[in-house]
Amino acid sequence: MTTVAMAEKQVKMEERIVDIKNPVLSIQDLSIAYNKDKYAVKHVNADIKKNAITAIMGPSGCGKSTLLRAINRMHELYPDIVTEGKINLHDDDILKMSTIKLRRKIGMVFQRPNPFPTMSIYDNVIAGYKLNGIKLKRAERDEIVERSLRNVALWDEVKDSLMKKGTFLSGGQQQRLCIARALAFQPEVILLDEPTSALDPVATAKVEDLLVELKKDYTIVLVTHNMSQAARISDYSMFMYLGELVEYDKTKVMFTNPRDSRTEGYLTGKFG
Amino acid sequence: MKAQIELANQDNSSYRKLKDRIFFWFIVVMSVVTISPIVMIIGKLVVKGFRQFNFNFFTQTTPDTFEAMMAVSQGEIIPGGILNGITGSLLVVVLASVMAIPLGVIIGIYLYENQAKRYAGLIRSIADVLQGVPSIVLGLISYLWIVKHVTTGFSALAGSVSLCIMMLPLIIRSTEETMKMIPTSIKEAGLALGVPYYKIILRVLIPTGFSGLMTGILLAISRIIGETAPLMLTTLGSPVVNMNIAKPTSAVPLLIWEFYNDPNMVDLIWSSSLFLMGFVLTLNIISKRIAAKRRTI
Repeated sequence: MTTVAMAEKQVKMEERIVDIKNPVLSIQDLSIAYNKDKYAVKHVNADIKKNAITAIMGPSGCGKSTLLRAINRMHELYPDIVTEGKINLHDDDILKMSTIKLRRKIGMVFQRPNPFPTMSIYDNVIAGYKLNGIKLKRAERDEIVERSLRNVALWDEVKDSLMKKGTFLSGGQQQRLCIARALAFQPEVILLDEPTSALDPVATAKVEDLLVELKKDYTIVLVTHNMSQAARISDYSMFMYLGELVEYDKTKVMFTNPRDSRTEGYLTGKFG
Repeated sequence: MKAQIELANQDNSSYRKLKDRIFFWFIVVMSVVTISPIVMIIGKLVVKGFRQFNFNFFTQTTPDTFEAMMAVSQGEIIPGGILNGITGSLLVVVLASVMAIPLGVIIGIYLYENQAKRYAGLIRSIADVLQGVPSIVLGLISYLWIVKHVTTGFSALAGSVSLCIMMLPLIIRSTEETMKMIPTSIKEAGLALGVPYYKIILRVLIPTGFSGLMTGILLAISRIIGETAPLMLTTLGSPVVNMNIAKPTSAVPLLIWEFYNDPNMVDLIWSSSLFLMGFVLTLNIISKRIAAKRRTI
């Protein structure tokens, strides 16, 4: 490759990356492979803005979930996974932190609501403390449960049935309960992996409103299959294709004026 | 074309109804044939054993032959009961469970966590082989290991070791199957909260699969409680209530065998069998109930 071509590539890369000051998360040249030489995520560079919703879009199998899971190292559940590059939370390299500490700072919500089936609503919210053996006074516990459930607008619906099993709730309520569980530790970042794909439109709208409300206090990274959801609630959008971060920009800019032809093709429904 | 329309319009519903009837009754008859043995067994046991089923049956030890002969010759019911058998069975089964349950659950979880590993595959095949070993062989092995070298004499411990080996494969496989049924999303939920993995196993996976584990354990117990052959070679039997694990002990199935060999005690065979059958049936029903409740997942 000639120096001119190198320089051109450099310019192109920089062009794609939006300028974010004091990012919460900084992903630097991140590549992840499930098997040797089969990369699911390729050389991703991105900074994540504080108190904003960043959406990761792309067709199935583009590596968006893998990228999200890498942020709190849930991707390490797969054996033989190879991770190259760096992810910084402020100035700490998360790949060097203990996963236990890291995951308390970066919470996660999954595609399907997954409250612990043996626990009550109350215990589900406090599960992070309980399972980690962190002792709290009763008043403190009550406060955390109420605050977390109020945060997800579930308090009024369940305050009289806190001791009922979490699995008795409807799907949408369960998903909000799972968000409350992630919020109980007051993390800095919340990762959501297609959180509404198993929900009906009404429950989806509630969760979306909730996320917009929550970004005042938290930094949210959201993987979504649903372009209109990204357009509705996100401030920044990433478009991934075949493991590459094709485009990363303010959502408004990306949806009105995509720079890459692949992004345009995806947004206009030509593929994906 | 015309022929096709005619064919379609042809009314053969009466033929189909007849076919439906025949199959329906075929299935009814086959079902009755299948369940009739169990009905006949329980009926026979109740009719024959009910007469001996009284308070003394549960609170007294076995009578000696002479007492029984006197009672039978006068047309009275045989005095005494099977208390030594009941307590012996409980002692042996509890001992076997104390050994087999923790070991079996731990191995089952290991197999679940290491599905694809070669060593796990080996353990799994060994468990399968173990399940096929005749119980009398397990009795012989336990005789060699425990009776000869540990307790130097017939003992409850020796009996429970052979029963423990019988329970292990059942508990291992049922634990593994239960764990497989728990969705990975539950495990991920725990990991995403920064919970160390061993705590997820102890405080999330085991409670979530608790009903499944219990079902497996109860079925294993009901499987071993009727075992006779290994106990003949290990616990031997005892006419008194024994709670010392290093001493010979009686058990209900052993008593049934002893009563069978004594012409004066024939009536006690039926009541003891009825008791054993009722116990196993109850365990089975309880485990079914628990299994039905596992819908929490």
